Amino acid sequence: MKRIYTIEDVCIGCHLCEVACITEHSLSKDPVKAFLHEPLRPISRCTVEEQNGGVLSLSTTCRHCDEPDCLRACISGAIQKYENGVVRIDTEQCVGCWSCVMACPYGAIQRNLTKKKANKCDLCPDRKNPACVDACPNRALVFKEGNQK
Amino acid sequence: MNYVIIGNSVAAVGAIRGIRNIDQQGNIIVISRERHTAYGRPLISYLLGGLVTEKRMAYLPEDFYEKNRVNLLLNSEAVGLDTDKKRVKLAGGETVPYDRLLIATGGDPFVPPIEGLAGKGKVFTFTTWDDAAKLKGISHDINRVVVIGGGLIGLKAAEGLHLLGKQITIVELADRILSNAFDRPAGRIVAKKMKANGIDVITEDTVVKIEGEGADIHGVTLKSGDFIPCDTVIVAIGVRPAAGFLKGSKVEVNRGIVVNDLMETSAAGVFAAGDVAEARDFFSGQKNPMPIWPDAYIQGDVAGVTMAGGEKSYLGGLAMNSLELFKVPTISMGISNPLEPKEYEILTFQDLENYQYRKIVLKKKLLVGAVLVGNVERAGIFAGLIREKVDVSPFRNSLLAPDFGIIYLPREVRNALFAPYGKVA
Repeated sequence: MKRIYTIEDVCIGCHLCEVACITEHSLSKDPVKAFLHEPLRPISRCTVEEQNGGVLSLSTTCRHCDEPDCLRACISGAIQKYENGVVRIDTEQCVGCWSCVMACPYGAIQRNLTKKKANKCDLCPDRKNPACVDACPNRALVFKEGNQK
Repeated sequence: MNYVIIGNSVAAVGAIRGIRNIDQQGNIIVISRERHTAYGRPLISYLLGGLVTEKRMAYLPEDFYEKNRVNLLLNSEAVGLDTDKKRVKLAGGETVPYDRLLIATGGDPFVPPIEGLAGKGKVFTFTTWDDAAKLKGISHDINRVVVIGGGLIGLKAAEGLHLLGKQITIVELADRILSNAFDRPAGRIVAKKMKANGIDVITEDTVVKIEGEGADIHGVTLKSGDFIPCDTVIVAIGVRPAAGFLKGSKVEVNRGIVVNDLMETSAAGVFAAGDVAEARDFFSGQKNPMPIWPDAYIQGDVAGVTMAGGEKSYLGGLAMNSLELFKVPTISMGISNPLEPKEYEILTFQDLENYQYRKIVLKKKLLVGAVLVGNVERAGIFAGLIREKVDVSPFRNSLLAPDFGIIYLPREVRNALFAPYGKVA
């Protein structure tokens, strides 16, 4: 399956992947409207990590594992792996127990504390390429066929 | 090939998927003594408290059994096993033949003999959907509850009942609640939060007598001599592997059903997984029951694959719990509270005022356990470091950092996890 990979040497730590992710999953799909006017604005499903004031940075996201630890830990069945390989959380079904946060070795599941729901990458089902990949100005994120490990 | 699975919770689901990954043809029969299709068993406290509806209890997509061509026998209890003739005996008298059998019956709540318990009406255990439904059904008749046992089940029952506005006292024998998963500071933080919410937590004491007349309960007497008035008692001392029906069979049962790393029992063609099984521990290698949801799935998966002739091996049980009580999230994993602290190195960070606590347990160069209270973000990275036995010495000083993440790991580990190099399609 196609996965998002990170080339940390060319990441400039701009966080545009996070902005694009939030925008894509917002109601308006407009960054300004989403950030200023949506009270339940989504949180980002990718996480930009930085060290030494940004000298080192990289964006991390869900690996859509072949055998997802999050799915195995999920107590409500909200996390399923679909036939196309995508691992998704059904937000309605999620009870916010954070078992997936406990299990994911990539640290790729976020806690949406406002909604008390777990949050993770869905590879942007409405788009050809995930929004974060398209937004990356220095092509530090690539979306290509590849395995998990 | 005839696959028979006794039990229909998470281990069974892992096994069904495991079998179907290898064998799309064989027959799968699932025998369950409950009347529901697979449900999120840990959700029963949410159901009791009104946080989820019955519809949300379903653990699987609606078409799961049909898609995987599973013949599901609900309301059917296995009462015996003949390993020579390879047949399971059901309560109704019928027998079900098998080529490969998986026992995934889970645990039964343990109710010790307590003086005055016999004949009392409102005494409950709390491990099934029906237990929660029963409690919910009579909740108008419940005012004051004593929960015996401050483990996971007791705390969840207490939380559900608290949401219904009941007055609750938890009585725990150990010096803290959740003594299996927590150390003292973590137990204290959560107990403090519970007390702040009006739940009484009594530790280092136990119920010796249930007082009352006829079926009515008036209260309980503790070992210390204290009397606590109540009208309902929840017994949440623990669960025992549900292996009673194997008496007289050739399946070896110690504390649980003894299995090897392929989830095979001592009887040919018979496998076990989940809370009923006694499998290898990740650290010690010793066999012990590990009633942990994700672990049950993993054991079920290994059993399913090996039953169908595939190759997979169990890597050992790693205890982990995620529990949020009164808005204080907690996650613990691995060896969180070592009995022989000298062999380990322990790093901690505490801010009890703000309900924050972080503990890292190291053994030489390896991370072996963690407890996180409050900020539980990205806890799974620790689980990965434990499982993969990563040498944490290069970044051990960062393990307590509140923003601990992937970037603290060595470059080659980061690249192995996230970079495109070498990831061929």
